[in-house]
Amino acid sequence: MTATTRTSRATPRTWGRELALGARFATGGGTEGWTRTALTAVGVALGVMLLLVAAAVPAMVDNRSDRSYAREAPYSPELTRPTAGTMLVKDANTTFRQDRISGSLLQPEGPNAPVPPGVDRLPRPNEMVASPALAKLLNAPDSELLRQRLPYRIIGTIGDQGLDGPGDLSYYAGTKSLSGRADGGFRIDHFGLKRKSTPLDPILMLLVVMIFVVLLMPVMVFIGTAVRFGGERRDRRLAALRLVGADVPMARRIAAGEALFGSLIGLVVGAGFFLAVRQFVGSFSMMGIGVFPSDVTPSAALVALIALAVPGAAVGVTLLALRGVTIEPLGVVRAATPRPRRLWWRLVLPVLGIALLFPLIGRVGTHGSINQYQIAAGVVLLLVGLALLLPWLVESAVRRLRGGPLPWQLATRRLQLSSGMAARMVSGITVAVAGAIALQTLFAGAEHYFTSSTGQDPNRAQIMARVQVHDGTQAQQAITTFRTTQGVRSAFGVTEATAAGDSGNDRRVPVTVADCTTLREIARIDGCSPNSVFVIKGSDNNPSAPYAMPGKRLDLNAPYIGAPTGGPRPWTIPADARIVQPREDAAGMAHYGVLATPGALSVSELAHPVATVAMKLDPTDPDAADRVRNTGSRLDPSDPTMTLTSTAQDHTFSSIRRGLLVGATATLLVIGASMLVSTLEQLRERRRLLAVLVAFGTRRGTLALSVLWQAAVPVVIGLGLALVGGLGLGTVLLKMVKAPVRFDWAGVAGLTGAGAAVVLLVTVLSLPPLWRMMRPEGLRTE
Amino acid sequence: MSIGHTFLGLLESGPRHGYDLKRTFDARFGHDRPLAYGQVYSTLARLLKNGLVEVEGIEPGGGPERKRYAITDAGITDVERWLAQPEKPEPYLHSTLYTKVVLALLTGRSAAELLDTQRAEHLRLMRELTRRKSGGDLADQLVCDHALFHLEADLRWLELTAARLDQLAKEVTK
Amino acid sequence: MTEAGSADDGRRAGELLLVATALRKTYGHTPALDNADFSIRPGEVVAVMGPSGSGKSTLLHCLAGIVRPDAGQVRYRHRELSEMSDAERSALRRGEFGFVFQFGQLVPELTCVENVALPLRLNGVKRKEAERRATEWLDRLEVTDVSAKRPGEVSGGQGQRVAVARALVTGPRVVFADEPTGALDSLNGERVMELLTAAARDTQAAVVLVTHEARVAAYSDREVVVRDGRSRDLEHVA
Repeated sequence: MTATTRTSRATPRTWGRELALGARFATGGGTEGWTRTALTAVGVALGVMLLLVAAAVPAMVDNRSDRSYAREAPYSPELTRPTAGTMLVKDANTTFRQDRISGSLLQPEGPNAPVPPGVDRLPRPNEMVASPALAKLLNAPDSELLRQRLPYRIIGTIGDQGLDGPGDLSYYAGTKSLSGRADGGFRIDHFGLKRKSTPLDPILMLLVVMIFVVLLMPVMVFIGTAVRFGGERRDRRLAALRLVGADVPMARRIAAGEALFGSLIGLVVGAGFFLAVRQFVGSFSMMGIGVFPSDVTPSAALVALIALAVPGAAVGVTLLALRGVTIEPLGVVRAATPRPRRLWWRLVLPVLGIALLFPLIGRVGTHGSINQYQIAAGVVLLLVGLALLLPWLVESAVRRLRGGPLPWQLATRRLQLSSGMAARMVSGITVAVAGAIALQTLFAGAEHYFTSSTGQDPNRAQIMARVQVHDGTQAQQAITTFRTTQGVRSAFGVTEATAAGDSGNDRRVPVTVADCTTLREIARIDGCSPNSVFVIKGSDNNPSAPYAMPGKRLDLNAPYIGAPTGGPRPWTIPADARIVQPREDAAGMAHYGVLATPGALSVSELAHPVATVAMKLDPTDPDAADRVRNTGSRLDPSDPTMTLTSTAQDHTFSSIRRGLLVGATATLLVIGASMLVSTLEQLRERRRLLAVLVAFGTRRGTLALSVLWQAAVPVVIGLGLALVGGLGLGTVLLKMVKAPVRFDWAGVAGLTGAGAAVVLLVTVLSLPPLWRMMRPEGLRTE
Repeated sequence: MSIGHTFLGLLESGPRHGYDLKRTFDARFGHDRPLAYGQVYSTLARLLKNGLVEVEGIEPGGGPERKRYAITDAGITDVERWLAQPEKPEPYLHSTLYTKVVLALLTGRSAAELLDTQRAEHLRLMRELTRRKSGGDLADQLVCDHALFHLEADLRWLELTAARLDQLAKEVTK
Repeated sequence: MTEAGSADDGRRAGELLLVATALRKTYGHTPALDNADFSIRPGEVVAVMGPSGSGKSTLLHCLAGIVRPDAGQVRYRHRELSEMSDAERSALRRGEFGFVFQFGQLVPELTCVENVALPLRLNGVKRKEAERRATEWLDRLEVTDVSAKRPGEVSGGQGQRVAVARALVTGPRVVFADEPTGALDSLNGERVMELLTAAARDTQAAVVLVTHEARVAAYSDREVVVRDGRSRDLEHVA
């Protein structure tokens, strides 16, 4: 026979044959064989699903921003006259409760006026096209206030290609009130901005790289664990194969074939999960991120990579796992007293990781570019290093455990005998929590780069409106309308305009008219009578500042865009006007220029005035803000109101943060599911022993406690390691972005707790099967 | 092995000629050694003398081979007692036991009970030997072990037979 | 344990310790026991014999209160097992019964001495004391040298002796042994049987010995044969 000469050399054909044989074993073996293959497949499938979703993220982001650029109305100053192909547009964004609604007023100037993407025909005055989500919101029974604000007839919906996502609230309304001058509208001849490829800010890039690494690492670790399900039974089968003449490499290849088969099924099932999830992705917008199913399209290259890497990893992990095992014809031999794990090579990877990250300290700013590969590699090495350190740590920790109550003894002895399995089970959690802690730390530290104080003070006023009016009377009316809107507690209204300091040049001086109480809101004023005038000096480098001084002569009818309307209207700042210090108003703005009471300067003297009203709302009236917005929209359909908030967060930053939350939740759930599956697998293999212990009269509580301890000990060690590793990595990352090292302890505790909660949940869920397995039927020999 | 008891058992199913008895005996239990005519008639004469069988009729033509024998009530009781009595366990017991089992089946008695009684007897002796063994020296142990292994072999045969009783019953009553 | 006062009554020769009558048990559609009887006296060794699949093990499980029979009674010292709760039966097994099985019974991660100490610890004995008593029993079963080893590191005969020590360490009134020598060669098997029956006689423990081997059954005082789920306890007094 040639069998003897063939044994040492594995040609691709023998590989193929033996892998196929392994696949046969994976499907054979009756219910037990199928159960094991199914467990592997489900485990791998969950991982593959997450990988595919991750692979679709770039396309999701791209498609979304492509569409959002395509619907933009580009301002082009060269379009000065109307043609058959132009249109006037005006932004009419508004807010309903907490939701931002983006709207535009459209006024076509010819038959060929551009049509925004996703819209069939342009709305005529008092008509609008709305996104499906907005249409739904408008039809909701409690949206009366919104219906008042957008009183247009809906003549159609905006198609998907004109929306960011399924939850997008948008509308286009027709109008005929735009003049193209001085009313906020502008002329366009097409929709769509050329997409500038603005690279992500390096710190954001760092965050994104970290998120991908941190979320996907545990998935890979998990896939590695999943292909090992049913290890002990497989050992017996391999021994039987050796008995009938398979040599060691053959046996290993057959084992790899089993894992390969399971992972291939997992790949297919995972693709199925992904397609299923994709269908549902549009129907719910998770934490404010909505995408269309068609956006969730992983790139072909990444799909190919996943399709190759997952089975490859399955084969690799199996071969690696069998490396330390001798498969003998009479059984699988593991050294009776296993050689203690060595530490040094486990330290190589984390040290290498730190070595990669160290040179980057202090080098990542808000501008420029970063070497994302170096960071990713460093972080991956560090986290993989943690996963490698864990078995050593668990082993050295449990080796010292002695005595204690019976459940504790059972658990620690079990861990001493097979600490590797236990460590593998929690390595996913460790990596996930460590990564999440590092990210959390980085977020907490980098937050100040992306969260700016607006200077607004919501305690002084919650909402502001600025309405362009034609004359002082209108300004007074506008202020009164706001003040008398239901739900407004108080309103400070000023009328503002600009006066020319010198007709020979463009020097402009702001003039603000309001009563004494209101003036005290914007300047530090002691004595004020109904005909006082004050001056706030401009800063020294402001060329207009010299004109805003007592005794200076101003022209109140300053020309406004283009030719002057009417003659000059001179007015002299009284020489006894007092110079006062400014005070920031509720919106955080510091005024300068002339402040006058209506007695000193009548508002009817002002040209092109703007009425600005700061309002305090009734905190018990949830609809107050929307009523104010309705009032504003009646005065100006583009909604002149602004809600005051103390801080504003960079939009991209906060959406990355949301993405992290979504991803971390998914990852922890997948890891939890995987732990449950492997816990059950372990229990299944010990069914007979459990039955014997029950025969002895062992209490259920004793066994349940021992299962809990058995899970808890490695988890505590794993979470401890995750804490140290995560905080360490977080520190390095913070130093990279030059942020002060500060930890968000509540967040860290929350993440650690979440990890612990997953383990507790898994233990609790594995109890009912444990009770079932403790039935005496386990004593019966098959 | 008791030829007399076997004849009685065979007669229980109905009167037979001496020649008939010999033929049936040879076919079922004789294996390679058929009974001699002399042995048949001396056995029948003894049974007749003890009142266990009686001559039911003589067919014309004369000669002893023409007599038809029938079992008496005393004969039935005797068979019954013999079947119920376990044999003393000893080597090469199987032919007697086999005969007993077949006769029990033929006469509609419980062969299973017969086997159980026998196995109990075997086990009783095995217990005795086991006890003797644990008290004795090595020589005793070896002697006892020899006997134990033989008894165990018999016992296995008993068990196997017990497991195949249905099959055997079908064959002997066919 | 709760009837410590009446402990001596149960040991009086002649009185039945454990009696089962008309037991029936069906697994799925397969009848395992069909009208089985059994009885045992204190200090008695009774072999349960019969071909494989005849229901021997099921009878043992019912007698030990591991399995609840579908019909019939199991009476242990004036107490009806089927009327006891699961917790009560567990306590009974912990306190008054001992078990030896054919294989797979030692907890692989515990050392031999810890395995023997296990039933004592289940009864709340302190670890030191439990292990001291366990060591005594290992001595008695001639396996002192394996006490610090794990079950995977000892031979089959040694492992089975450890199991016997574990069954006897609590001083049980009944030891249930299910094919205790099934995985051993005859020399080792006989030694285990000698040690088991000698120790049981010393402690006046009754032994229910399930076996299909005559030479193992020869260590008993009498035998009960199970055939097709029916047992005929020849000495049954009922």
